[in-house]
Amino acid sequence: MKTAVRKITERYGKDKTRLMDILIDTQTELGCIPREATLQIAEDLVMSEVDVDQTISFYHFFSQKPTGRYKIYLNNSVVANIMGMKEVVRTFQKELGIKFNEVTPDGLAGLYETSCIGMNDQEPAAIINNRIFTRLTPFRVKEMVRDMKEGKDIDDMFVADYGDGQNRSDLIKSVVSNNIRKIGPVLERNYKPGQAIEKIINMDPGDIIEEIKKSNIRGRGGAGFPTGLKWEFCRNAPGEKKYILCNADEGEPGTFKDRVILTELARLLFEGMVIAGYAVGATEGILYIRYEYKYLQQYLESILQTARETNYLGKNIQGRKGFDFDIRIQSGAGAYVCGEESALIESAEGKRGEPRDRPPFPVEKGYLDMPTVVNNVETLCAVVKVILNGGDWYKSFGTVESTGTKVLSISGDCKFPGVYEVEWGFSVNDILDMVGAAKEDVQAVQVGGPSGALISPDEFNRILGYEDLATGGSLIILSNERDILTDVVLNFTEFFIEESCGSCSTCRIVPTLLRNKLMKILNARGVKQDIDDMLEWGKILRASRCGLGQTAANPILSSLKNFRHLYEDKIQKNKEFDSGFDLNAALKEASKATGRVTII
Amino acid sequence: MSQFVRFTIDGTECMAARGQYIVDAARENGIYIPTLCNYPGVKPKGSCRICTVRVNGRLMTACTTPIADGMAIENEIHDIVELRKSIVELLFVEGNHFCPGCEKSGNCELQALAYRFKIMVPRFPFQFPLRKIDASHPKIIKEQNRCILCKRCIRAIRDEKGRSIFAYRRRSNRVEVVVDPKLGKQLTDELAQKAMDVCPVGSILVKEKGFITPIGSRKYDHEAIGSDIENVQITKI
Amino acid sequence: MSKPVVATTSLAGCFGCHMSFLDIDDRILELIELVEFNKSPINDIKKFTKKCDIGLIEGGCCNSENVHVLKDFREHCKILVSLGECAIMGGLPAMRNGIPISECLAEAYLNGPTVSMNEERILPNDPELPILTDKVYPCHEVVKIDYFLPGCPPSADLIWLTLVALITGDELQLPYEVVKFD
Repeated sequence: MKTAVRKITERYGKDKTRLMDILIDTQTELGCIPREATLQIAEDLVMSEVDVDQTISFYHFFSQKPTGRYKIYLNNSVVANIMGMKEVVRTFQKELGIKFNEVTPDGLAGLYETSCIGMNDQEPAAIINNRIFTRLTPFRVKEMVRDMKEGKDIDDMFVADYGDGQNRSDLIKSVVSNNIRKIGPVLERNYKPGQAIEKIINMDPGDIIEEIKKSNIRGRGGAGFPTGLKWEFCRNAPGEKKYILCNADEGEPGTFKDRVILTELARLLFEGMVIAGYAVGATEGILYIRYEYKYLQQYLESILQTARETNYLGKNIQGRKGFDFDIRIQSGAGAYVCGEESALIESAEGKRGEPRDRPPFPVEKGYLDMPTVVNNVETLCAVVKVILNGGDWYKSFGTVESTGTKVLSISGDCKFPGVYEVEWGFSVNDILDMVGAAKEDVQAVQVGGPSGALISPDEFNRILGYEDLATGGSLIILSNERDILTDVVLNFTEFFIEESCGSCSTCRIVPTLLRNKLMKILNARGVKQDIDDMLEWGKILRASRCGLGQTAANPILSSLKNFRHLYEDKIQKNKEFDSGFDLNAALKEASKATGRVTII
Repeated sequence: MSQFVRFTIDGTECMAARGQYIVDAARENGIYIPTLCNYPGVKPKGSCRICTVRVNGRLMTACTTPIADGMAIENEIHDIVELRKSIVELLFVEGNHFCPGCEKSGNCELQALAYRFKIMVPRFPFQFPLRKIDASHPKIIKEQNRCILCKRCIRAIRDEKGRSIFAYRRRSNRVEVVVDPKLGKQLTDELAQKAMDVCPVGSILVKEKGFITPIGSRKYDHEAIGSDIENVQITKI
Repeated sequence: MSKPVVATTSLAGCFGCHMSFLDIDDRILELIELVEFNKSPINDIKKFTKKCDIGLIEGGCCNSENVHVLKDFREHCKILVSLGECAIMGGLPAMRNGIPISECLAEAYLNGPTVSMNEERILPNDPELPILTDKVYPCHEVVKIDYFLPGCPPSADLIWLTLVALITGDELQLPYEVVKFD
């Protein structure tokens, strides 16, 4: 084992900042990262064991114990459950005879839960040995378990045809479907790779930034910072080296648009990174991609290779002397918080994905403490179109405050879940019509994932845009059938508990307390004071360092704002105080241990 | 650019040397901003959030934000004080803080903050987590029940090669600060003592050394935390 | 006008808080003038004979009897005060919280180093015995508690000043040194 690990650390020049890659390769090679491997890595990188361990134990997809020859991850997101995940889970558990976080005694398979894997348009879905299986049914699960027991190779376990587009390509071979339902300026099919690069090499970087500023494009990850301004800050920041990081860590439950862009328009994205690099004076780009999309990595590497071979990446790009830029792919390992730009940088440096304090901002001190631009996948794609067609053209789409288009990920209770590119300014009503949702049957729409807003029908005339419903683009449609508090609010709150990096006291502790309050109400022990407490306690989270922490109470606060009656229906009207204490339950354990009947 | 910056804290005109954090600039002006994860000479991390202030309308941590000209800082404002109080209470319910049995009682900064904020009982339910004590190292005990995960030890204590002796493990509400199995055993007396001193609570203890100072002579027995800063007479320039 | 009525009890506590109460020394003579005691170990009245104004609770709830007594106090007292760390946060007894009760019982009665006479390996199960709760509960996590006096024990001054304030209705001003958690 030692030599195997040594080989890996040497592959990365024993560079501490490449610890993520070292760990991923180690796990790929050994199936997990046993202590012996950790010690070897620590020795090679001149780190302590706990130094290495703090990174390993941070990420959901790293395992320190054997996880079975087939490592099965099942998505526990809201939409997965709506689409029938519970039956799928039950079948896996029954067929394999194990529960979550267990491995079969013969070491065949391990079963694990995971947060949204970006397949909401084709749930229930699973990741097994880094391959994606979608639209699972109990029947299909039985077949798969049978295949596992026969020792079939993971790639031979697909029965249905591969998905559409590049999903069929030799380097992906996946059953994932794109589900592109509406195209616009970003997703359009006539894109010719390289044109924008050919155009910019004759432009002054300052002019490029001006054009981007003119387009008024804002970050598509959700926060909406003006892209041109970000580039300008980075360009003007002093630093020996500058970096362009592309944030492809879309982890907000319900979002999957980047998956589709990465599958079909990787060249467009990389071209956007090159343009950003040229504009700010960066020479290196990193595509930080969530581990869930590992199945795309080989394909993406090949696209990069083609770009290098045709000199759209590399040295003196397209003959422009001194214009060097290359891109490497950095895989995450399962942590929603890494979608926060400074956490993403930490992770790309091989560390725990803990957000940094700001200031300094990444544009001043980012990756390896150098000026860094972190842009969303969609932003970088749109930038190419701005360069090709001009800022004014781009502004002709959308609204005054929100220019251009937004690629939406729509899922839940509708006929046509998938990816839709629409102009900003679309109302929720328009969207429901577009996706084939039975409007009279829609109870609520979750806009912008768990950190966004849960809105009720009387707000369906609101529009998507930075001036109203700002969103990273995920919409989850919830029909009247859904139990909002249990199916949605509780699920999202548990998501925030699990995904907290644990650094800020507020975000580490409050969501758990809120979940317990919610459980009290769901268990019919709630009183009005509990609602008031949740409103007060939720405010504490605003003092958290990053967006995850600051919004971790949003599922509760937003549903309390728009669906307060659901809570009020469940609380005890005739009581002012209820501690929630249950004497019967409290005595159960001791009664059992001593063989006594509890008489109260 | 002037060597000094002018700003206000709760409306009071202040002045301080440029290039320092808000919390230190406030101190220079005789104003105490409560801190917990901050420690002199150690890179700030802003993890406890107790030093949260409102600067020009935005919540920020005073220990990590550099002071700048024209900042209007809100410190002793009702909702900010209430927020800090909540955070102290959160830390009390998150772990198992049984003060009467703690070697650090009377010298503990978490307890001192609770005294300062006049906390009689946390508003949140106690979590009673099951945590272990790591007594496997010759010089120190890591008492996980009392750890508030402030990262002071992680940041302040390293070996000569710059390797961590203390580090975070896991994430979310399962995160803990652990001691390196090998380096923990090689801790010198000096580093062990430093680790105990750096710890704001009684989570890092030097073995065979506890309850040294009698009740009545401990750091926070008679004076509230922060009063040393507030009691300094400031000569206005 | 009749005097305010005070009741006290010790649940899962050590009676240390009661001892501290007695540490008010000669002020107890003053107190007797101010209040009347009902159910309390101080006068050995075992059952409530009337509604009380103030109930002082020492100790948390570690078994069914503690819970019953506490609920009885809540029913009979207008104001309930958690007296000391055990009542407020479980205190020393709560160190067992988180450990399964079967393990605690096995350690105490079957496997512990001091177990010598339990040849039949019986866990105490007499119907007269209260049943242990799964963890030790702070009093306010069982019933509503109105005031909290921290300390192990709360200082006599704290108890005295609080009682006087409750009786007279004056605002309670506590010097820094009076409130301590240890």
